[in-house]
Amino acid sequence: MTNMKSDTAPLLEVRDLRVSYPTRDGRTEVVRGVNFTLGRERLGIVGESGSGKSQTGRAIIGLTPPTGRITAERLAYKGTDLLTASPRQRRQIRGGGIGMVLQDPRFSLNPLMTIGQQIVEALRSHVRVSGSDARRRALEMLERVRINDPERVFGLYPHEVSGGMGQRAMIAMMLIAGPDLLIADEPTSALDVVVQIEVLAILDQLVAERGMGLIFISHDLRLVSSFCDRVLVMYAGRVVEEIEASRLSEAKHPYTRGLLDCVPRLHNDRHPLPTLQRQAEWAV
Amino acid sequence: MSDLHGKSGTGAPVLIADALGVDFGPFRAVDGVSFEVRPGESLGLVGESGSGKSTILRAIAGLAPISSGAVRFEGKPLGKRREKAFYRHVQMVFQDPYGSLHPRQTVDQILSEPLAIHRIADGERRIRQALDEVGLGSGFRFRYPHQLSGGQRQRVAIARALITEPELLLLDEPTSALDASVQAEILNLLEEIRQHRRLSSILVSHDLAVITHLCERLIVMQSGREVETLTSRQLVAGEVTKPYTRELMAASEGFRRKEPVPA
Ligand SMILES: Nc1ncnc2c1ncn2[C@@H]1O[C@H](COP(=O)(O)OP(=O)(O)OP(=O)(O)O)[C@@H](O)[C@H]1O
Ligand SMILES: Nc1ncnc2c1ncn2[C@@H]1O[C@H](COP(=O)(O)OP(=O)(O)OP(=O)(O)O)[C@@H](O)[C@H]1O
Ligand SMILES: [Mg+2]
Ligand SMILES: [Mg+2]
Repeated sequence: MTNMKSDTAPLLEVRDLRVSYPTRDGRTEVVRGVNFTLGRERLGIVGESGSGKSQTGRAIIGLTPPTGRITAERLAYKGTDLLTASPRQRRQIRGGGIGMVLQDPRFSLNPLMTIGQQIVEALRSHVRVSGSDARRRALEMLERVRINDPERVFGLYPHEVSGGMGQRAMIAMMLIAGPDLLIADEPTSALDVVVQIEVLAILDQLVAERGMGLIFISHDLRLVSSFCDRVLVMYAGRVVEEIEASRLSEAKHPYTRGLLDCVPRLHNDRHPLPTLQRQAEWAV
Repeated sequence: MSDLHGKSGTGAPVLIADALGVDFGPFRAVDGVSFEVRPGESLGLVGESGSGKSTILRAIAGLAPISSGAVRFEGKPLGKRREKAFYRHVQMVFQDPYGSLHPRQTVDQILSEPLAIHRIADGERRIRQALDEVGLGSGFRFRYPHQLSGGQRQRVAIARALITEPELLLLDEPTSALDASVQAEILNLLEEIRQHRRLSSILVSHDLAVITHLCERLIVMQSGREVETLTSRQLVAGEVTKPYTRELMAASEGFRRKEPVPA
Protein backbone atom coordinates (compact mmCIF):
# COMPACT_ATOMS: atom_id res chain seq x y z
CA MET A 1 0.00 0.00 0.00
CA THR A 2 2.20 2.80 -1.19
CA ASN A 3 0.99 6.11 -2.36
CA MET A 4 2.47 9.55 -2.78
CA LYS A 5 1.34 11.07 0.47
CA SER A 6 2.49 8.15 2.60
CA ASP A 7 6.10 9.05 1.95
CA THR A 8 5.89 12.61 3.15
CA ALA A 9 3.11 12.53 5.71
CA PRO A 10 4.12 11.88 9.30
CA LEU A 11 3.56 8.35 10.54
CA LEU A 12 0.86 9.52 12.90
CA GLU A 13 -0.90 12.82 13.47
CA VAL A 14 -3.12 13.31 16.50
CA ARG A 15 -4.89 16.63 16.91
CA ASP A 16 -7.47 17.39 19.58
CA LEU A 17 -8.26 13.74 20.22
CA ARG A 18 -11.17 13.24 22.58
CA VAL A 19 -12.72 10.05 23.95
CA SER A 20 -15.85 10.10 26.08
CA TYR A 21 -18.16 7.62 27.80
CA PRO A 22 -21.75 7.88 28.95
CA THR A 23 -22.16 8.21 32.70
CA ARG A 24 -25.12 8.81 34.96
CA ASP A 25 -24.67 12.55 34.59
CA GLY A 26 -24.01 12.93 30.89
CA ARG A 27 -20.81 12.04 29.07
CA THR A 28 -17.41 12.05 30.72
CA GLU A 29 -14.35 12.78 28.66
CA VAL A 30 -11.45 10.52 29.57
CA VAL A 31 -9.18 11.83 26.80
CA ARG A 32 -9.58 15.61 26.53
CA GLY A 33 -7.79 17.07 23.58
CA VAL A 34 -4.52 15.19 23.07
CA ASN A 35 -2.10 16.48 20.43
CA PHE A 36 1.09 14.98 19.07
CA THR A 37 2.81 13.98 15.88
CA LEU A 38 4.89 10.85 15.64
CA GLY A 39 7.76 10.10 13.33
CA ARG A 40 10.03 7.10 13.22
CA GLU A 41 10.95 7.47 16.85
CA ARG A 42 10.31 6.19 20.35
CA LEU A 43 7.67 8.25 22.07
CA GLY A 44 7.04 7.53 25.74
CA ILE A 45 3.71 8.22 27.43
CA VAL A 46 3.71 8.31 31.22
CA GLY A 47 1.14 9.58 33.64
CA GLU A 48 -1.22 8.87 36.39
CA SER A 49 -3.25 5.70 36.50
CA GLY A 50 -6.55 6.54 34.81
CA SER A 51 -5.14 9.57 32.98
CA GLY A 52 -6.14 8.21 29.57
CA LYS A 53 -2.95 6.60 28.26
CA SER A 54 -4.54 3.31 27.23
CA GLN A 55 -7.65 5.06 25.96
CA THR A 56 -5.45 7.21 23.72
CA GLY A 57 -3.69 4.13 22.33
CA ARG A 58 -6.93 2.24 21.82
CA ALA A 59 -8.53 5.16 19.99
CA ILE A 60 -5.62 5.26 17.55
CA ILE A 61 -5.83 1.59 16.67
CA GLY A 62 -9.63 1.49 16.73
CA LEU A 63 -10.19 -0.61 19.85
CA THR A 64 -12.44 1.80 21.72
CA PRO A 65 -15.48 -0.11 23.01
CA PRO A 66 -18.80 0.75 21.30
CA THR A 67 -20.02 2.94 24.16
CA GLY A 68 -17.02 5.22 23.75
CA ARG A 69 -17.17 8.16 21.38
CA ILE A 70 -14.07 9.45 19.60
CA THR A 71 -13.68 12.85 18.02
CA ALA A 72 -10.58 14.51 16.66
CA GLU A 73 -9.64 17.43 14.50
CA ARG A 74 -7.21 15.03 12.90
CA LEU A 75 -6.31 11.40 13.51
CA ALA A 76 -4.26 10.18 10.60
CA TYR A 77 -1.89 7.32 9.87
CA LYS A 78 0.51 8.08 6.99
CA GLY A 79 -1.95 10.67 5.81
CA THR A 80 -4.99 8.35 5.90
CA ASP A 81 -7.75 9.66 8.14
CA LEU A 82 -8.47 6.90 10.64
CA LEU A 83 -11.89 8.16 11.65
CA THR A 84 -13.28 8.18 8.12
CA ALA A 85 -11.36 5.16 6.78
CA SER A 86 -13.47 2.36 5.31
CA PRO A 87 -13.66 -0.89 7.26
CA ARG A 88 -11.43 -2.45 4.61
CA GLN A 89 -8.78 0.25 4.93
CA ARG A 90 -8.91 -0.11 8.66
CA ARG A 91 -8.42 -3.86 8.54
CA GLN A 92 -5.44 -3.31 6.31
CA ILE A 93 -3.96 -0.78 8.66
CA ARG A 94 -4.50 -3.01 11.65
CA GLY A 95 -3.12 -6.07 9.87
CA GLY A 96 0.30 -4.76 8.98
CA GLY A 97 0.35 -1.02 9.64
CA ILE A 98 -0.41 -0.38 13.27
CA GLY A 99 0.00 -2.98 15.99
CA MET A 100 -0.81 -2.72 19.66
CA VAL A 101 0.46 -4.71 22.60
CA LEU A 102 -2.40 -4.42 25.09
CA GLN A 103 -1.79 -3.70 28.73
CA ASP A 104 -2.92 -7.04 30.07
CA PRO A 105 -1.59 -9.89 28.00
CA ARG A 106 -3.43 -12.80 29.51
CA PHE A 107 -6.70 -10.96 29.32
CA SER A 108 -6.09 -10.11 25.69
CA LEU A 109 -4.98 -13.55 24.55
CA ASN A 110 -7.62 -16.05 23.50
CA PRO A 111 -7.97 -18.50 26.42
CA LEU A 112 -9.07 -21.34 24.12
CA MET A 113 -6.08 -21.29 21.79
CA THR A 114 -2.49 -22.19 22.52
CA ILE A 115 0.14 -19.49 22.43
CA GLY A 116 1.61 -21.00 19.29
CA GLN A 117 -1.71 -21.15 17.43
CA GLN A 118 -2.30 -17.49 18.16
CA ILE A 119 1.06 -16.39 16.84
CA VAL A 120 0.57 -18.55 13.74
CA GLU A 121 -2.84 -16.99 13.20
CA ALA A 122 -1.40 -13.49 13.54
CA LEU A 123 1.16 -14.33 10.89
CA ARG A 124 -1.27 -15.98 8.49
CA SER A 125 -3.74 -13.14 8.71
CA HIS A 126 -1.39 -10.99 6.71
CA VAL A 127 0.91 -13.26 4.69
CA ARG A 128 0.30 -16.54 2.92
CA VAL A 129 2.58 -19.24 4.34
CA SER A 130 2.39 -23.00 4.67
CA GLY A 131 1.54 -24.54 8.03
CA SER A 132 5.01 -25.80 8.72
CA ASP A 133 6.56 -22.50 7.71
CA ALA A 134 4.22 -20.61 9.95
CA ARG A 135 5.09 -22.88 12.86
CA ARG A 136 8.79 -22.43 12.28
CA ARG A 137 8.47 -18.65 12.13
CA ALA A 138 6.32 -18.57 15.26
CA LEU A 139 8.94 -20.60 17.14
CA GLU A 140 11.66 -18.27 15.91
CA MET A 141 9.69 -15.29 17.10
CA LEU A 142 9.23 -16.84 20.56
CA GLU A 143 12.93 -17.41 20.71
CA ARG A 144 13.56 -13.82 19.68
CA VAL A 145 11.56 -12.51 22.59
CA ARG A 146 13.81 -14.64 24.82
CA ILE A 147 11.45 -17.50 25.63
CA ASN A 148 13.80 -20.22 26.85
CA ASP A 149 11.90 -23.27 25.65
CA PRO A 150 9.81 -22.19 22.64
CA GLU A 151 8.65 -25.72 21.82
CA ARG A 152 7.01 -26.17 25.21
CA VAL A 153 5.56 -22.68 25.34
CA PHE A 154 4.18 -22.98 21.79
CA GLY A 155 1.78 -25.66 23.03
CA LEU A 156 0.68 -23.97 26.27
CA TYR A 157 -2.64 -22.20 26.85
CA PRO A 158 -2.58 -18.65 28.22
CA HIS A 159 -3.40 -19.77 31.77
CA GLU A 160 -0.38 -22.09 31.70
CA VAL A 161 2.21 -19.40 31.05
CA SER A 162 3.71 -16.95 33.53
CA GLY A 163 2.88 -13.25 33.41
CA GLY A 164 6.07 -12.38 31.62
CA MET A 165 5.73 -15.24 29.15
CA GLY A 166 2.22 -14.07 28.22
CA GLN A 167 3.52 -10.58 27.72
CA ARG A 168 6.26 -11.80 25.43
CA ALA A 169 3.76 -13.94 23.50
CA MET A 170 1.73 -10.78 22.90
CA ILE A 171 4.84 -8.95 21.71
CA ALA A 172 5.71 -11.87 19.42
CA MET A 173 2.21 -11.76 17.91
CA MET A 174 2.53 -8.09 17.16
CA LEU A 175 6.06 -8.22 15.81
CA ILE A 176 5.40 -11.15 13.50
CA ALA A 177 2.99 -8.91 11.56
CA GLY A 178 5.83 -6.39 11.04
CA PRO A 179 3.97 -3.17 11.94
CA ASP A 180 5.20 0.30 10.94
CA LEU A 181 3.75 1.74 14.10
CA LEU A 182 3.68 -0.17 17.35
CA ILE A 183 1.68 1.02 20.33
CA ALA A 184 3.05 -0.86 23.29
CA ASP A 185 0.96 -0.44 26.45
CA GLU A 186 3.04 -1.47 29.46
CA PRO A 187 4.67 -4.14 27.30
CA THR A 188 7.39 -5.11 29.75
CA SER A 189 5.81 -4.58 33.18
CA ALA A 190 5.68 -8.32 33.92
CA LEU A 191 9.22 -9.07 32.78
CA ASP A 192 12.26 -9.42 34.94
CA VAL A 193 14.65 -6.55 34.37
CA VAL A 194 17.18 -8.62 32.44
CA VAL A 195 14.60 -9.86 29.91
CA GLN A 196 12.99 -6.43 29.90
CA ILE A 197 16.17 -4.83 28.65
CA GLU A 198 16.55 -7.56 26.02
CA VAL A 199 13.01 -7.06 24.74
CA LEU A 200 13.55 -3.31 24.59
CA ALA A 201 16.67 -3.90 22.57
CA ILE A 202 14.54 -5.74 19.97
CA LEU A 203 12.08 -2.84 19.76
CA ASP A 204 14.97 -0.42 19.62
CA GLN A 205 16.45 -2.28 16.69
CA LEU A 206 13.14 -2.18 14.81
CA VAL A 207 12.99 1.59 15.25
CA ALA A 208 16.61 2.10 14.25
CA GLU A 209 16.76 -0.34 11.35
CA ARG A 210 13.24 -0.62 9.99
CA GLY A 211 12.13 2.88 10.86
CA MET A 212 9.22 1.66 12.95
CA GLY A 213 7.44 4.27 15.06
CA LEU A 214 6.93 3.31 18.68
CA ILE A 215 4.54 4.61 21.30
CA PHE A 216 5.72 3.24 24.59
CA ILE A 217 3.23 3.58 27.45
CA SER A 218 4.79 2.86 30.81
CA HIS A 219 4.77 3.67 34.48
CA ASP A 220 8.44 2.98 34.75
CA LEU A 221 10.00 6.43 34.67
CA ARG A 222 13.55 5.15 34.80
CA LEU A 223 12.92 2.91 31.83
CA VAL A 224 11.15 5.57 29.79
CA SER A 225 13.84 8.15 30.38
CA SER A 226 16.61 5.74 29.42
CA PHE A 227 14.82 4.19 26.43
CA CYS A 228 12.65 6.79 24.69
CA ASP A 229 13.48 9.89 22.65
CA ARG A 230 10.62 12.03 23.85
CA VAL A 231 8.05 11.74 26.62
CA LEU A 232 4.48 12.98 26.96
CA VAL A 233 3.20 13.30 30.50
CA MET A 234 -0.56 12.84 30.84
CA TYR A 235 -2.81 13.98 33.61
CA ALA A 236 -6.61 13.77 33.69
CA GLY A 237 -6.97 13.15 29.98
CA ARG A 238 -4.53 15.78 28.77
CA VAL A 239 -0.87 16.07 27.95
CA VAL A 240 0.51 18.37 30.63
CA GLU A 241 4.16 18.24 29.66
CA GLU A 242 6.35 17.14 26.78
CA ILE A 243 10.04 16.68 27.38
CA GLU A 244 13.13 15.10 25.89
CA ALA A 245 13.36 11.69 27.56
CA SER A 246 16.93 12.02 28.76
CA ARG A 247 15.94 15.23 30.55
CA LEU A 248 12.94 13.79 32.34
CA SER A 249 14.63 14.46 35.67
CA GLU A 250 14.52 18.18 34.84
CA ALA A 251 10.75 18.14 34.25
CA LYS A 252 8.97 21.35 35.20
CA HIS A 253 5.37 20.40 35.76
CA PRO A 254 4.66 19.84 39.46
CA TYR A 255 2.83 16.60 38.64
CA THR A 256 5.84 15.19 36.77
CA ARG A 257 8.18 16.35 39.51
CA GLY A 258 5.97 14.78 42.16
CA LEU A 259 5.82 11.55 40.20
CA LEU A 260 9.60 11.34 40.00
CA ASP A 261 9.89 11.89 43.71
CA CYS A 262 7.51 9.03 44.65
CA VAL A 263 9.71 6.27 43.27
CA PRO A 264 11.35 3.99 45.85
CA ARG A 265 15.11 4.06 45.54
CA LEU A 266 17.61 1.34 46.17
CA HIS A 267 19.90 3.87 47.84
CA ASN A 268 18.69 6.54 50.28
CA ASP A 269 15.18 5.18 50.40
CA ARG A 270 12.49 6.97 52.40
CA HIS A 271 9.78 5.69 54.80
CA PRO A 272 7.03 6.49 54.21
CA LEU A 273 7.45 7.35 50.55
CA PRO A 274 6.48 10.86 49.52
CA THR A 275 3.08 10.92 47.85
CA LEU A 276 1.50 13.38 45.47
CA GLN A 277 -0.74 16.12 46.71
CA ARG A 278 -2.89 16.52 43.61
CA GLN A 279 -3.89 20.06 42.79
CA ALA A 280 -7.25 20.84 41.23
CA GLU A 281 -5.64 23.21 38.74
CA TRP A 282 -3.60 20.38 37.16
CA ALA A 283 -6.82 18.93 35.78
CA VAL A 284 -8.17 22.05 34.07
CA MET B 1 14.80 -0.84 53.96
CA SER B 2 11.82 -1.24 56.15
CA ASP B 3 11.76 0.50 59.52
CA LEU B 4 10.36 -2.69 60.87
CA HIS B 5 13.72 -4.32 60.68
CA GLY B 6 14.38 -5.62 64.18
CA LYS B 7 10.82 -5.24 65.38
CA SER B 8 9.52 -8.03 63.21
CA GLY B 9 10.75 -11.52 62.75
CA THR B 10 10.27 -12.73 66.30
CA GLY B 11 8.03 -15.60 67.30
CA ALA B 12 7.23 -18.84 65.53
CA PRO B 13 7.13 -18.57 61.74
CA VAL B 14 3.71 -17.97 60.22
CA LEU B 15 4.64 -19.97 57.18
CA ILE B 16 7.34 -22.55 56.46
CA ALA B 17 8.10 -23.98 53.03
CA ASP B 18 10.30 -27.03 53.19
CA ALA B 19 11.83 -28.17 49.89
CA LEU B 20 8.64 -27.17 48.07
CA GLY B 21 8.32 -28.69 44.61
CA VAL B 22 5.57 -28.03 42.04
CA ASP B 23 5.18 -30.13 38.89
CA PHE B 24 2.93 -29.53 35.90
CA GLY B 25 3.05 -32.89 34.17
CA PRO B 26 6.66 -33.55 33.30
CA PHE B 27 7.60 -29.92 33.86
CA ARG B 28 9.08 -28.95 37.21
CA ALA B 29 8.08 -25.32 37.82
CA VAL B 30 9.37 -25.10 41.41
CA ASP B 31 12.28 -27.26 42.42
CA GLY B 32 12.92 -27.70 46.13
CA VAL B 33 12.58 -24.17 47.51
CA SER B 34 12.72 -23.62 51.29
CA PHE B 35 11.99 -20.49 53.32
CA GLU B 36 10.08 -19.20 56.30
CA VAL B 37 8.07 -16.09 56.99
CA ARG B 38 7.99 -14.78 60.55
CA PRO B 39 5.16 -12.77 62.10
CA GLY B 40 5.14 -9.25 60.71
CA GLU B 41 7.87 -10.06 58.24
CA SER B 42 7.81 -9.39 54.54
CA LEU B 43 9.71 -11.78 52.31
CA GLY B 44 10.58 -10.79 48.75
CA LEU B 45 10.71 -13.04 45.69
CA VAL B 46 12.55 -11.71 42.65
CA GLY B 47 14.06 -13.32 39.62
CA GLU B 48 13.64 -14.55 36.13
CA SER B 49 10.31 -14.42 34.39
CA GLY B 50 8.93 -17.97 34.45
CA SER B 51 11.12 -19.01 37.38
CA GLY B 52 8.18 -20.12 39.53
CA LYS B 53 7.50 -17.08 41.74
CA SER B 54 3.76 -16.93 41.08
CA THR B 55 3.60 -20.71 41.29
CA ILE B 56 5.03 -20.63 44.83
CA LEU B 57 2.28 -18.22 45.89
CA ARG B 58 -0.32 -20.28 44.10
CA ALA B 59 0.86 -23.47 45.79
CA ILE B 60 0.53 -21.80 49.20
CA ALA B 61 -2.97 -20.63 48.28
CA GLY B 62 -3.97 -24.10 47.09
CA LEU B 63 -4.18 -23.09 43.43
CA ALA B 64 -1.19 -25.15 42.30
CA PRO B 65 -0.25 -28.65 43.48
CA ILE B 66 2.36 -29.22 46.18
CA SER B 67 4.10 -32.07 44.38
CA SER B 68 6.92 -32.60 46.86
CA GLY B 69 8.14 -31.14 50.11
CA ALA B 70 5.78 -29.43 52.54
CA VAL B 71 4.24 -26.08 53.40
CA ARG B 72 3.10 -25.30 56.94
CA PHE B 73 0.85 -22.41 57.90
CA GLU B 74 0.86 -21.61 61.62
CA GLY B 75 2.43 -24.98 62.29
CA LYS B 76 -0.13 -27.05 60.37
CA PRO B 77 0.89 -28.77 57.13
CA LEU B 78 -1.19 -27.72 54.15
CA GLY B 79 -2.81 -30.61 52.30
CA LYS B 80 -4.61 -30.80 48.99
CA ARG B 81 -7.61 -28.84 50.16
CA ARG B 82 -7.82 -25.69 52.22
CA GLU B 83 -10.50 -25.04 54.79
CA LYS B 84 -12.67 -22.02 54.25
CA ALA B 85 -11.14 -20.28 57.25
CA PHE B 86 -7.72 -20.54 55.62
CA TYR B 87 -8.77 -17.97 53.04
CA ARG B 88 -9.78 -15.54 55.69
CA HIS B 89 -6.27 -15.66 57.12
CA VAL B 90 -4.35 -15.89 53.86
CA GLN B 91 -5.25 -13.59 50.99
CA MET B 92 -3.71 -13.21 47.59
CA VAL B 93 -3.42 -10.31 45.19
CA PHE B 94 -2.86 -11.63 41.70
CA GLN B 95 -0.43 -10.45 39.10
CA ASP B 96 -3.02 -9.40 36.57
CA PRO B 97 -5.82 -7.27 37.89
CA TYR B 98 -7.86 -7.97 34.77
CA GLY B 99 -8.20 -11.69 35.03
CA SER B 100 -8.73 -11.79 38.77
CA LEU B 101 -11.81 -9.57 39.03
CA HIS B 102 -15.12 -11.04 37.97
CA PRO B 103 -16.17 -9.06 34.88
CA ARG B 104 -19.90 -9.12 35.71
CA GLN B 105 -19.54 -7.96 39.30
CA THR B 106 -19.45 -4.36 40.42
CA VAL B 107 -16.73 -3.21 42.78
CA ASP B 108 -19.32 -3.33 45.55
CA GLN B 109 -20.16 -6.97 44.79
CA ILE B 110 -16.50 -7.89 44.51
CA LEU B 111 -15.83 -6.47 47.97
CA SER B 112 -19.01 -7.93 49.49
CA GLU B 113 -18.23 -11.47 48.45
CA PRO B 114 -15.46 -12.28 50.97
CA LEU B 115 -17.55 -10.67 53.71
CA ALA B 116 -20.47 -12.95 52.88
CA ILE B 117 -18.31 -16.07 52.56
CA HIS B 118 -16.73 -15.53 55.95
CA ARG B 119 -19.89 -14.16 57.55
CA ILE B 120 -18.21 -10.93 58.54
CA ALA B 121 -20.60 -8.35 59.93
CA ASP B 122 -20.12 -4.63 59.55
CA GLY B 123 -19.86 -4.87 55.77
CA GLU B 124 -20.89 -1.35 54.91
CA ARG B 125 -18.21 0.23 57.08
CA ARG B 126 -15.54 -2.21 55.91
CA ILE B 127 -16.26 -1.61 52.24
CA ARG B 128 -16.08 2.14 52.66
CA GLN B 129 -12.91 1.89 54.68
CA ALA B 130 -11.28 -0.51 52.22
CA LEU B 131 -12.06 1.73 49.24
CA ASP B 132 -10.79 4.69 51.16
CA GLU B 133 -7.58 2.90 52.17
CA VAL B 134 -6.69 2.17 48.55
CA GLY B 135 -7.56 5.67 47.42
CA LEU B 136 -10.74 4.96 45.45
CA GLY B 137 -13.62 7.30 46.14
CA SER B 138 -17.21 6.14 46.57
CA GLY B 139 -17.81 7.03 42.90
CA PHE B 140 -16.10 3.77 41.97
CA ARG B 141 -18.24 1.55 44.12
CA PHE B 142 -20.81 0.61 41.50
CA ARG B 143 -18.54 0.38 38.49
CA TYR B 144 -17.65 -2.79 36.63
CA PRO B 145 -14.02 -3.83 36.09
CA HIS B 146 -14.06 -2.90 32.38
CA GLN B 147 -14.89 0.66 33.37
CA LEU B 148 -11.70 0.97 35.39
CA SER B 149 -8.13 1.63 34.37
CA GLY B 150 -5.44 -0.98 35.06
CA GLY B 151 -4.33 0.73 38.25
CA GLN B 152 -7.86 1.20 39.51
CA ARG B 153 -8.51 -2.53 39.10
CA GLN B 154 -5.42 -3.41 41.05
CA ARG B 155 -6.54 -1.17 43.88
CA VAL B 156 -9.86 -3.01 43.96
CA ALA B 157 -7.97 -6.31 44.16
CA ILE B 158 -5.93 -5.02 47.08
CA ALA B 159 -9.02 -3.72 48.83
CA ARG B 160 -10.63 -7.13 48.44
CA ALA B 161 -7.61 -8.84 49.99
CA LEU B 162 -7.48 -6.51 52.96
CA ILE B 163 -11.17 -6.62 53.76
CA THR B 164 -10.99 -9.91 55.71
CA GLU B 165 -8.03 -8.58 57.75
CA PRO B 166 -5.73 -11.52 56.92
CA GLU B 167 -2.52 -12.55 58.73
CA LEU B 168 -0.62 -13.42 55.59
CA LEU B 169 -0.82 -11.56 52.31
CA LEU B 170 0.49 -13.08 49.12
CA LEU B 171 1.28 -10.21 46.79
CA ASP B 172 2.08 -10.99 43.18
CA GLU B 173 3.40 -7.86 41.47
CA PRO B 174 0.85 -5.73 43.29
CA THR B 175 2.15 -2.41 42.01
CA SER B 176 3.56 -3.14 38.56
CA ALA B 177 0.34 -1.84 36.95
CA LEU B 178 0.34 1.34 39.02
CA ASP B 179 1.84 4.74 38.45
CA ALA B 180 4.58 5.83 40.83
CA SER B 181 2.27 7.92 42.98
CA VAL B 182 -0.33 5.19 43.48
CA GLN B 183 2.48 2.70 44.00
CA ALA B 184 3.85 4.92 46.76
CA GLU B 185 0.41 5.12 48.36
CA ILE B 186 -0.04 1.35 48.22
CA LEU B 187 3.45 0.66 49.57
CA ASN B 188 2.85 3.10 52.42
CA LEU B 189 -0.52 1.51 53.05
CA LEU B 190 0.96 -2.00 53.16
CA GLU B 191 3.65 -0.85 55.54
CA GLU B 192 1.16 0.86 57.80
CA ILE B 193 -1.11 -2.17 57.98
CA ARG B 194 1.88 -4.29 58.69
CA GLN B 195 2.90 -2.26 61.69
CA HIS B 196 -0.66 -2.04 62.85
CA ARG B 197 -1.60 -5.68 62.61
CA ARG B 198 1.73 -7.50 62.39
CA LEU B 199 0.68 -8.55 58.92
CA SER B 200 3.12 -10.94 57.24
CA SER B 201 3.56 -11.02 53.50
CA ILE B 202 5.34 -12.54 50.58
CA LEU B 203 5.92 -10.02 47.84
CA VAL B 204 6.79 -10.87 44.25
CA SER B 205 8.19 -7.98 42.27
CA HIS B 206 10.57 -7.29 39.44
CA ASP B 207 11.49 -3.97 40.96
CA LEU B 208 14.41 -4.41 43.32
CA ALA B 209 13.77 -1.04 44.96
CA VAL B 210 10.17 -2.03 45.71
CA ILE B 211 11.40 -5.28 47.28
CA THR B 212 14.05 -3.64 49.42
CA HIS B 213 11.59 -0.94 50.41
CA LEU B 214 9.10 -3.40 51.86
CA CYS B 215 11.03 -6.59 52.67
CA GLU B 216 13.69 -7.56 55.18
CA ARG B 217 14.84 -10.54 53.18
CA LEU B 218 14.53 -11.71 49.62
CA ILE B 219 15.01 -14.84 47.58
CA VAL B 220 16.47 -14.57 44.08
CA MET B 221 15.04 -17.23 41.75
CA GLN B 222 15.94 -18.70 38.40
CA SER B 223 14.51 -21.77 36.61
CA GLY B 224 12.43 -22.92 39.56
CA ARG B 225 15.34 -22.81 41.98
CA GLU B 226 16.63 -20.50 44.65
CA VAL B 227 19.76 -18.70 43.45
CA GLU B 228 20.45 -17.04 46.78
CA THR B 229 18.72 -15.59 49.81
CA LEU B 230 19.82 -12.15 50.96
CA THR B 231 18.81 -9.46 53.37
CA SER B 232 17.73 -6.25 51.70
CA ARG B 233 20.68 -4.57 53.37
CA GLN B 234 23.06 -6.95 51.65
CA LEU B 235 21.47 -6.32 48.28
CA VAL B 236 21.59 -2.55 48.67
CA ALA B 237 25.21 -2.75 49.74
CA GLY B 238 25.96 -4.93 46.71
CA GLU B 239 27.01 -7.82 48.92
CA VAL B 240 25.72 -10.44 46.53
CA THR B 241 27.50 -13.65 45.66
CA LYS B 242 25.82 -14.95 42.50
CA PRO B 243 26.39 -13.63 38.96
CA TYR B 244 22.66 -13.77 38.20
CA THR B 245 21.89 -11.41 41.08
CA ARG B 246 24.54 -9.03 39.77
CA GLU B 247 22.98 -9.18 36.34
CA LEU B 248 19.61 -8.24 37.83
CA MET B 249 21.18 -5.32 39.66
CA ALA B 250 22.87 -4.03 36.52
CA ALA B 251 19.70 -4.32 34.44
CA SER B 252 17.78 -2.41 37.13
CA GLU B 253 19.63 0.76 36.24
CA GLY B 254 17.68 1.13 33.00
CA PHE B 255 18.19 0.73 29.30
CA ARG B 256 21.61 1.33 27.81
CA ARG B 257 21.77 1.82 24.08
CA LYS B 258 24.80 0.13 22.62
CA GLU B 259 26.91 2.46 20.57
CA PRO B 260 26.55 1.63 16.88
CA VAL B 261 29.48 -0.43 15.70
CA PRO B 262 31.64 1.72 13.39
CA ALA B 263 31.66 0.41 9.82
N1 LIG C 1 -15.54 1.53 29.13
C1 LIG C 1 -15.36 2.57 29.94
N2 LIG C 1 -16.41 3.25 30.45
C2 LIG C 1 -16.23 4.31 31.27
N3 LIG C 1 -15.03 4.77 31.66
C3 LIG C 1 -13.94 4.13 31.21
C4 LIG C 1 -14.04 3.00 30.33
N4 LIG C 1 -12.79 2.57 30.04
C5 LIG C 1 -11.95 3.38 30.72
N5 LIG C 1 -12.63 4.32 31.41
C6 LIG C 1 -12.06 5.39 32.26
O1 LIG C 1 -11.18 6.14 31.45
C7 LIG C 1 -10.13 6.67 32.23
C8 LIG C 1 -8.82 6.46 31.48
O2 LIG C 1 -8.53 5.07 31.42
P1 LIG C 1 -7.19 4.49 30.81
O3 LIG C 1 -7.36 3.00 30.80
O4 LIG C 1 -6.86 5.17 29.56
O5 LIG C 1 -6.13 4.92 31.93
P2 LIG C 1 -4.56 4.71 31.92
O6 LIG C 1 -3.92 6.05 31.85
O7 LIG C 1 -4.19 3.71 30.89
O8 LIG C 1 -4.35 4.12 33.39
P3 LIG C 1 -3.43 2.89 33.92
O9 LIG C 1 -2.08 3.46 34.02
O10 LIG C 1 -4.02 2.62 35.26
O11 LIG C 1 -3.56 1.78 32.95
C9 LIG C 1 -10.19 5.97 33.59
O12 LIG C 1 -10.63 6.86 34.56
C10 LIG C 1 -11.17 4.84 33.38
O13 LIG C 1 -11.91 4.61 34.57
N1 LIG D 1 -1.07 -24.56 34.89
C1 LIG D 1 0.14 -24.71 34.34
N2 LIG D 1 0.39 -25.68 33.44
C2 LIG D 1 1.60 -25.83 32.88
N3 LIG D 1 2.68 -25.07 33.16
C3 LIG D 1 2.50 -24.08 34.05
C4 LIG D 1 1.23 -23.84 34.69
N4 LIG D 1 1.37 -22.78 35.53
C5 LIG D 1 2.65 -22.39 35.41
N5 LIG D 1 3.33 -23.16 34.54
C6 LIG D 1 4.76 -23.01 34.17
O1 LIG D 1 5.51 -22.84 35.34
C7 LIG D 1 6.59 -21.93 35.12
C8 LIG D 1 6.63 -20.90 36.23
O2 LIG D 1 5.53 -20.03 36.07
P1 LIG D 1 5.29 -18.83 37.10
O3 LIG D 1 4.02 -18.19 36.66
O4 LIG D 1 5.38 -19.32 38.47
O5 LIG D 1 6.53 -17.87 36.79
P2 LIG D 1 6.92 -16.46 37.44
O6 LIG D 1 8.22 -16.60 38.12
O7 LIG D 1 5.78 -15.96 38.23
O8 LIG D 1 7.14 -15.58 36.13
P3 LIG D 1 6.70 -14.05 35.78
O9 LIG D 1 7.69 -13.20 36.44
O10 LIG D 1 6.82 -14.01 34.27
O11 LIG D 1 5.30 -13.87 36.24
C9 LIG D 1 6.39 -21.38 33.71
O12 LIG D 1 7.32 -22.00 32.85
C10 LIG D 1 4.97 -21.77 33.34
O13 LIG D 1 4.83 -22.05 31.96
MG1 LIG E 1 -3.61 1.76 30.96
MG1 LIG F 1 4.39 -14.40 37.88
